[in-house]
Amino acid sequence: MKRLVLYLVLLMVAGLAWSASEPLETERPLRIGLTPTFPNDQYRPLEAWRLYMERKLHRRVEFVQRNKYIDTIDLLSLKKLDFAWICDYPYVYFKKQLRLLATPVYNGRPYYRSYLIVPATDTTTTSLAQLKDKVFAFTDPYSNTGYLAPRFALHQAGEEPKHFFRKTFFAWSHRRVLEAVASGLAHGGAVSNHVWETLSIGKSELTSATRIVSTSDEYGFAPIVARDTVSDTDFEVMRQLLLGMATDPEGKLLLKELNLDGFVAGDPQIYLRVEQVMRQLDGK
Amino acid sequence: MKFLFNLSFRYKIPLWGGLLIVVTSLAVSLALIAQAYDDLQVDVLNSSANLSRILAKTLFPAMLQEEVWRSFEIIRAPLHGKATDNPIQPEMILVLDQEQNVYVSSNPVLVPMLAKLPQLGEDFSRLSQLIASRPETDAPITDYSSTQRIYIATPIAEEGMRLGTLVLIHSNDVFLPRFRNVAWRSAFSGLLILAVLLPLNWYWGLRMAAPLIELAKGVRDVSHGEIEYPHAVTYPYRDELGQLFETYGLMLKALQEKRLLEQEMVRSERLAAIGRLSAGIAHEINNPLGGMLVALDNFKRRGGHDERSLKTMAMIERGLTQIRDTVSAILVEARVKGRNLAAQDLEDVQMLLTGEAHKRSVMMEIDNALVAPVSLPATLMRQVLMNLLLNAIHASEPAGKVRCAMRFADNQLMIEVENAGRTIPVEVMTHLFEPFVSGDETGHGLGLWVTYQIVSQLGGQITAKSGDGLTRFEVFLPVGVAT
Repeated sequence: MKRLVLYLVLLMVAGLAWSASEPLETERPLRIGLTPTFPNDQYRPLEAWRLYMERKLHRRVEFVQRNKYIDTIDLLSLKKLDFAWICDYPYVYFKKQLRLLATPVYNGRPYYRSYLIVPATDTTTTSLAQLKDKVFAFTDPYSNTGYLAPRFALHQAGEEPKHFFRKTFFAWSHRRVLEAVASGLAHGGAVSNHVWETLSIGKSELTSATRIVSTSDEYGFAPIVARDTVSDTDFEVMRQLLLGMATDPEGKLLLKELNLDGFVAGDPQIYLRVEQVMRQLDGK
Repeated sequence: MKFLFNLSFRYKIPLWGGLLIVVTSLAVSLALIAQAYDDLQVDVLNSSANLSRILAKTLFPAMLQEEVWRSFEIIRAPLHGKATDNPIQPEMILVLDQEQNVYVSSNPVLVPMLAKLPQLGEDFSRLSQLIASRPETDAPITDYSSTQRIYIATPIAEEGMRLGTLVLIHSNDVFLPRFRNVAWRSAFSGLLILAVLLPLNWYWGLRMAAPLIELAKGVRDVSHGEIEYPHAVTYPYRDELGQLFETYGLMLKALQEKRLLEQEMVRSERLAAIGRLSAGIAHEINNPLGGMLVALDNFKRRGGHDERSLKTMAMIERGLTQIRDTVSAILVEARVKGRNLAAQDLEDVQMLLTGEAHKRSVMMEIDNALVAPVSLPATLMRQVLMNLLLNAIHASEPAGKVRCAMRFADNQLMIEVENAGRTIPVEVMTHLFEPFVSGDETGHGLGLWVTYQIVSQLGGQITAKSGDGLTRFEVFLPVGVAT
């Protein structure tokens, strides 16, 4: 009986302590969505990046990983996310709901390209046109380098993307497209040059099992966006953080892990080309 | 082949035993190996069936949403690591759609997407028919008909909706290292058993064969007329072999007795024949001899003869008397009746021979157990005792000992005379009781003949044994009631 009373007392004290700690959480954490537009399975550097942000912002930061771009876009529009690193194509597509925060700088410029890759064992293919009636791996229906760009290439070659390949499938990340092509599951695939090059540093066995057939034109690099309802303060603080990384020793190290040179303030002008491509394909 | 069966038991028993042991350990090892192989296969099939069910369940939503990549990831997940380390790991996994086209395979290089299953090879064509023949089954179908691979086909279905088929392919090659391992272990334990059992078997075989071989040799010797009793080799146990040895011993003993009896009979008959012959000759000589002596006597009694004639007559008489003495010595007449033998007679004989014994420094030991007189002619018996003892004294070495025992029991008189000294040679032994056979140069060789004749005519037996420096004569005489 005595023991039961003791338990009850302990429970009450614990309850009080819990309710007391609740008001201490003054601010809501910043939630940042990550997509496979960059090698988002580098968990150790990502955690370091998150902790870096928390230290700089004096605020809790949460990274939210989704495989599909559309899921991240949904979370943004549902205000479950404040920022997200998405592809340039969904940014252009959902421009009205989003604010362009920053664009990564790669090889000194805020641009990237699409690589057309085939298995390394395929030594004959020299152009996309030779992959007719083959199995082709796309990244994501909202990916530029992994979907829009190769389809546009076909369109330019006068082919109908819908019926050109025998079978296509989405692997839902650049890395998996690489794997699909490397393993021979797909006879060809399209990936971002940034992902390919980054993986060629850490996972050269994967990239060396593929061969780059052709390279697309430049597109504005996959941007970091904010939902349009995010506060100006948060927007500005976040932009300063990203832009300042290149001048900060710790930030530099993180950028090196991400295989980037830095971030620049987003300029919608560099994404005009995606918009043109989109319009041309849709217009058809 | 017959050569093998003709081999000596010395080799046959160990060889057959060894063969049996080898065959047995081989059979046991093979059974173990076969069992291990079966177990391994059952293990593989069970775990494979389980894996199939889990994969099929996971694949269903992926296929429903046309997630090729996800399906690929699902079927590649169980294939991490090298298959040789884990025989339960499939060699390849295929996912087929409803039309039996390859939806995705774990090895797209070998089996690309959209390939038609029946066109992938003979095995796949048969598998395709097998799958098509059982569209409603829920349980995995196993196809063993290929020698190289085992196929396990599981429907990818939920609530009656079938999206396709999952095929797990196991290579039989993967069993081999494991199988070889088990085989080695079985072979090693088999060899170990052989290493222990074969020497044991060899030893046991030799043990079994040795008495048989000896017995066979003994029987062969007997058939060649060489009887050696008692047999040199004995067998201490009471099994059939022991009984055989016992019977063999009895047979040897009987044969030996028979042979001795035959020898004895031959000798007795010879002695009897000699006796008859000599008696006949003695009678034939005695009759004219008697006449001649009577005539000589008459001639002398007439007188008036000159000196020279008388001298000649005397010489003829001496010669004739010598002939008569010799003949009467050969012609033993046992039918002479006289007084009965008493203990005193042996003492008399001893007294008479003391001088002779003393001369030769031989000690006489007399064991006279005779109490009452026995119904045997004393004169003849004294002659017998005298002959035997005199022979013994002469045969003794100086300072030797002669022993004589006489006792009466069971209506039989027994006399033993033995002396230490020279052994009687075998050739003499054979003709011992014949006339004119003598152990030394001094005697005329009639003593034992006379003795034998007396004993025979009294219905008794006399035997002589000589060996190891001891010569012994035994006389047995049947005795009637003393008169």
